[in-house]
Amino acid sequence: MTTPHVRKGTPPKVYVSVYAVLLALTGLTVAAARFDLGRFNLAIALAIAGTKALAVIVYFMHARSAGRLIWLFAGAGFFWLAILITLSLYDPLTRGWLPPPEW
Amino acid sequence: MNRPDDYLNADYSVSSWLLTTDHKRIAILYLLSITLFFFVGGAAAVLFRLELMTPPGDLVGPETYNKLFTMHGVVMVFLFLIPSIPAVLGNFLLPMMIGARDLAFPKLNLLSWYLFILGSAVATTAILMGGLDTGWTFYTPYSTMFAHTNVVTGVLGVFIVGFSSILTGLNFIVTTHKMRAPGLTWFRLPLFVWALYATSLIQVLATPVLGITLLLLVAERGLGIGIFDPAIGGDPLLFQHLFWFYSHPAVYIMILPGMGVVSEIITCFSRKRIFGYPFIAFSSLAIAALGFLVWGHHMFVSGQSAYAGMVFSILSFLVAIPSAIKVFNWTATLYRGSISWQTPMLYALGFIGLFTLGGMTGLVLATLAVDIHVHDTYFVVAHFHYIMVGGMVMAYLGGIHFWWPKMTGKLYSEWWGRVSAAVIFIGFNLTFFPQFVLGYLGMPRRYHAYPDEFQVLNVLSTAGASILGAGYLLPFVYLLLSLKYGRDAGRNPWQATGLEWRTPSPPPTENFARVPEVREEAYAYGAEEAP
Repeated sequence: MTTPHVRKGTPPKVYVSVYAVLLALTGLTVAAARFDLGRFNLAIALAIAGTKALAVIVYFMHARSAGRLIWLFAGAGFFWLAILITLSLYDPLTRGWLPPPEW
Repeated sequence: MNRPDDYLNADYSVSSWLLTTDHKRIAILYLLSITLFFFVGGAAAVLFRLELMTPPGDLVGPETYNKLFTMHGVVMVFLFLIPSIPAVLGNFLLPMMIGARDLAFPKLNLLSWYLFILGSAVATTAILMGGLDTGWTFYTPYSTMFAHTNVVTGVLGVFIVGFSSILTGLNFIVTTHKMRAPGLTWFRLPLFVWALYATSLIQVLATPVLGITLLLLVAERGLGIGIFDPAIGGDPLLFQHLFWFYSHPAVYIMILPGMGVVSEIITCFSRKRIFGYPFIAFSSLAIAALGFLVWGHHMFVSGQSAYAGMVFSILSFLVAIPSAIKVFNWTATLYRGSISWQTPMLYALGFIGLFTLGGMTGLVLATLAVDIHVHDTYFVVAHFHYIMVGGMVMAYLGGIHFWWPKMTGKLYSEWWGRVSAAVIFIGFNLTFFPQFVLGYLGMPRRYHAYPDEFQVLNVLSTAGASILGAGYLLPFVYLLLSLKYGRDAGRNPWQATGLEWRTPSPPPTENFARVPEVREEAYAYGAEEAP
């Protein structure tokens, strides 16, 4: 029987497959943590996390079949996240640009 | 006498209230809850204003004083101001204003109230366990490394309350998009709905950041995970960035709905169409958007880079533009209007004056060099109280007086209403204007003792607070008395436009027997006045 949360045209095997991918990516995160890749440690961890988030948004949250308004709101969330990260980073990245004041 | 089928008389059992999904009853549940917290937060203010009557710390010690202002801030911001207009007036009015029978997610609405009660119970537990002394801002490293008070419990309470706010915002956004009556296009919506919509966007986009930030604080304090402590790899300013990314927009969560209320009242009591409808509507969205870009002005002297300070200073000035657009448009609406001085109008006019003064002093604080002088002084305290109390609480009370006949079916004493508006306006200014001077003269905030030369201004402020307190008690008394002794209000006692006034007072459970069809723009007052 189709539950209200399962859209028509999305067979259960898609959810199972995505779930399996998410588990595999979690395993990959754990495996990657065992190796010291230097400056790539963070990039790889974020890339895996981003991929997982995308899979959840597209399949579990049905963004794939959603209208433009939903995409607009989803995009707004990421845009605001970008504001948070960009303007927050602007502070530490520019702290050394001026010498401290002499009181 | 109430109609037998109105929402108040639909069922008298306790469970019918505690399990209700009727947006109007949930609004009343919020009204009762936040009124209690308003007086709790006010009681803390009474105590520390009494302490500040005299220069030495003779009524309470420094630790108790710190706990009192923390309690005042946490309770007033998170348990009163943020839910006030959205959760009470928004819940009650939004569906009726758009011609709907309820919000899009009625059960989610009830869950939102329960989360508010759960979160506020946890926060209250922290207070009863001895309180916390971090200030409402929970700044690290004090909150993570040095405070020996109930920080984690208090923070978890605020964390839970945040979810209530998110759910309310989500519900309002979906309701506004999906449940408008036939013919009710976006540009026919009452401006209160636009304001609620802009507020809801902030609630949904910003509140999660507060939740994450508070969890990170708990993670560092409880588990020693290095987030904010430089000794274990953190950055203390990161907390301030994350906290103010929410908490500055939260100022607009508090003030934007108040602006919506004022738009409704000004048009009604000047019997005119609003001047510049699209400008007021879009200025709400502009305030919501720009409000996200200015948080660094709280950090000018915190060690933030000078370049970031300059950027945040410039961006902060930009917020004045949409705010000024609103003030100019309200003023233009009054021009040649047929103005009547009813109680809601007095509150709305009080809002405009006090908000303008609060906003203009915000520009003083956004100026980098001046901020160095007045930062963390009473100038800042006065500024944000002019916005949050002079602005928001005036608007909230104006809204309560405007829609009280709709909510209860009863009229209150107009004479006492006018007296209360005047007493609150006078008491407010006497309380907080001296604080501008105190701050300019250099009195820092958050100290329980001060030099003798500041006493006269502090005594004036405390005297004003006692008048203000009496002013707040007045509506509490006469509004309650109106329930028993008030005259029946009828469907539309103010002859206002808007779909909510087409329903009986109090409205029936599902608001409209037939979903209304909208054929005209909002505020068609000019049409009936035309010769």
